[in-house]
Amino acid sequence: MQARRDFSHYVRNLDSGLSHIDLAIEGVSCAGCMSKIERGLSALPDVTLARVNLTDRRVALEWKQGALDPARFIDRLAELGYKAYPFEPVRAEALETEQAGFLLRCLGVAAFAAMNVMMLSVPVWSGNLTDMIPEQRDFFHWLSALIALPAAAYSGQPFFRSAFRALRARSTNMDVPISIGIVLALGMSVVETIHHAEHAYFDAALMLITFLVAGRYLDQSMRRRTRAVAGNLAALKAETATKFVGADEISEVPIAAVQAGDIVLLRPGERSAVDGSVIEGQSKIDQSLITGETLPVKAGPGTAVYAGTLNLSGALRVRVSAASEGTLLAEISRLLDNAVQARSRYVQLADRAARLYAPVVHAAAFLTMLGWVAFGASWHDAIITAIAVLIITCPCALGLAIPAVQTVVSGAMFRTGVLLNSGDAIERLADVDRVVFDKTGTLTLPELDVANAASIPPDVFELAGRLALASHHPVAAAVARAAKTKTPLAGVEEIAGQGVRGFAEGLEVRLGRPSFCGADQLANDILYRDPEASVVAFRHGTACHVFAVRQRLRPDAARAVAALQRCGIGVEILSGDREPAVRHAAQSLGIHEWRAGVTPADKIARIDELKRQDVKVMMVGDGMNDAPALAAAHVSMSPVTATHLSQATADLVFLGEHLTPVVAAIGFSRKALRLMRQNLWLAAGYNLLAVPLAIAGLATPLVAAAAMSGSSLLVILNALRAHRGARAFSSEVETGSRQENASNQKSGAVPVPIPSERRWL
Amino acid sequence: MEVLVFLVPLALLLGLFGLMGFLWSLKNGQYDDLEGAGWRAIADDEPVQERPVP
Repeated sequence: MQARRDFSHYVRNLDSGLSHIDLAIEGVSCAGCMSKIERGLSALPDVTLARVNLTDRRVALEWKQGALDPARFIDRLAELGYKAYPFEPVRAEALETEQAGFLLRCLGVAAFAAMNVMMLSVPVWSGNLTDMIPEQRDFFHWLSALIALPAAAYSGQPFFRSAFRALRARSTNMDVPISIGIVLALGMSVVETIHHAEHAYFDAALMLITFLVAGRYLDQSMRRRTRAVAGNLAALKAETATKFVGADEISEVPIAAVQAGDIVLLRPGERSAVDGSVIEGQSKIDQSLITGETLPVKAGPGTAVYAGTLNLSGALRVRVSAASEGTLLAEISRLLDNAVQARSRYVQLADRAARLYAPVVHAAAFLTMLGWVAFGASWHDAIITAIAVLIITCPCALGLAIPAVQTVVSGAMFRTGVLLNSGDAIERLADVDRVVFDKTGTLTLPELDVANAASIPPDVFELAGRLALASHHPVAAAVARAAKTKTPLAGVEEIAGQGVRGFAEGLEVRLGRPSFCGADQLANDILYRDPEASVVAFRHGTACHVFAVRQRLRPDAARAVAALQRCGIGVEILSGDREPAVRHAAQSLGIHEWRAGVTPADKIARIDELKRQDVKVMMVGDGMNDAPALAAAHVSMSPVTATHLSQATADLVFLGEHLTPVVAAIGFSRKALRLMRQNLWLAAGYNLLAVPLAIAGLATPLVAAAAMSGSSLLVILNALRAHRGARAFSSEVETGSRQENASNQKSGAVPVPIPSERRWL
Repeated sequence: MEVLVFLVPLALLLGLFGLMGFLWSLKNGQYDDLEGAGWRAIADDEPVQERPVP
């Protein structure tokens, strides 16, 4: 039964008689790949567009409607050596892209206007000192107004809108004083121009908008990049299901095209992407992603299957459940909602600064006005001075202080393999004092590994790997992965419940149960020494070998845990797995606090208990059962192999086999928080210098322009320091992990027991 | 000084052209792939392919 791949869900038909599809590609890293892919795909007949986006690692394809099957592109890319998956842009991502375009347009308009108004302002400033006649000055001022007013109305929208929203919700944010400052500066300048006065602040208002929009854009582009990577990951995880379209006809369709009541086929070695119940077939299933329990469960007709369940042995037909209410997933997402609400009370550093900032500044301006009136100045002069105070204190540097640091640090984190999911994660990560790990898939690698690889001759290993490629069984898949072979053996036959067999070099080869290969004695020897391993036997002619397969800790787990403990951060394990397995992992990592057999609700309870003790908890987990705990924790992190739900909940996602990114991320965020605080102090210090000038009535437009750009540059330069410090830190982590790798190779990786029940079938 | 009446609007017009150029490039998707664009500049030219027009 060969499944037909059906990608019609992803194809968009354009009006011009063309079809369009976006593919996410794995392994594109350089210009060479880019032109190779574009040429390779353009060479297909009827393809009108093949363009790679190197930033997002995607390719956009267009072809004449109906002329090609999109599966052709995936095959062609596979021939070229790239794995590709159809990609459906998430709505959130499309919104972010639109927003980025809008901010760039605002930035362009504001920068254009600021430059031109500056061109008109400089002659006025120099002319005031020499011999400019008032008519010329008025002409320049009116021209400035003509440019500044529409430009500010357009490019100030991000601030005006946000300020309006905040005011309507009866709260205040940074955008409120910004908007007031901009409007007052422009209004006063117009009034002054009408009265033929010497000073107008059009340039200051526009420069302010330019700097602030630049800050907003930086902030936004950081989040957008993460979103794009996350979107690709979702596509690369290939959320497809094999659906029955006829009695015996199957088709591989994206999850979005599966509806309740449909029947899907779940083959051995596949992860279920849907909730449902088994209607036909017998198998063992692994629910560890959902419950953390690594012990396989028997499944037959009537057994409930959840998204994330791994099918181990026989093929199952699953009816997709109609009502998802009351299922485990629904229960978990209910817990999730509550937990997310609890966390949204966290106030970001920038908002805390804004809360202090606005009243102080407005009070200062008001007192200035009263002061000048009390000392006998006219109301007109007093009001002008007060507005000058508002303009000069406008949080230009403040608006850049935090986004600039965030951008630099998130770039550095990105290079060490950590992606930020939420903008304020850096601040929350910085004050973590306890890290709670899940075990399965987080401290351990998500996939099984061959433990006795060193004792098997390389040529035997390779042959076994080629044979194993024909099997879907997870244990066989582990052998194939460890052997790093890509070419499957031809003519291999699978014997249900036993293993696979074929022919190589004129002799029969078998891989499977020890009894199937006549290697019971060897297997028993291994099981005697290591009762928690799974065994798979291999026979080539008369030569027998037995592979011990087990879950393995991440190669640098012990070092990462030690590094955390050295920094004074507490470490504990909360796992849904059985006690012996958790105890063994905890002991080999030197973690004293651990809990086994924990349910999702228990995990939340434990985290709440820690919260009540005022401990700032970071939760690191990957399973569906971790998702609520991830949301409840102060800050959370998931490996990239985590389930969809956990990844969407986590504040940060780390890539690769290593655990060091977790430690590095904490280091980076602490550095970042330090720099953010420094930047806020720099901005405040600037105000301390500039405000007395403004109160004294000495803040001419020239002074305002110089002070504003000066302080903004200072803040940006300080933020760039994060890059240097971060680089030094990451190189330290890298050398550390290299040493760790070396020592691991010598001693052999620390194995973690997996249940003995997980033998070959 | 009357020359200002021409020169200033001329300068603004030039600036406006720059802005239009920026907005055009933005709309054209030239900022969608900043990383790839850098590499495309140094990539070899594609050989001109004669594709049959059906």
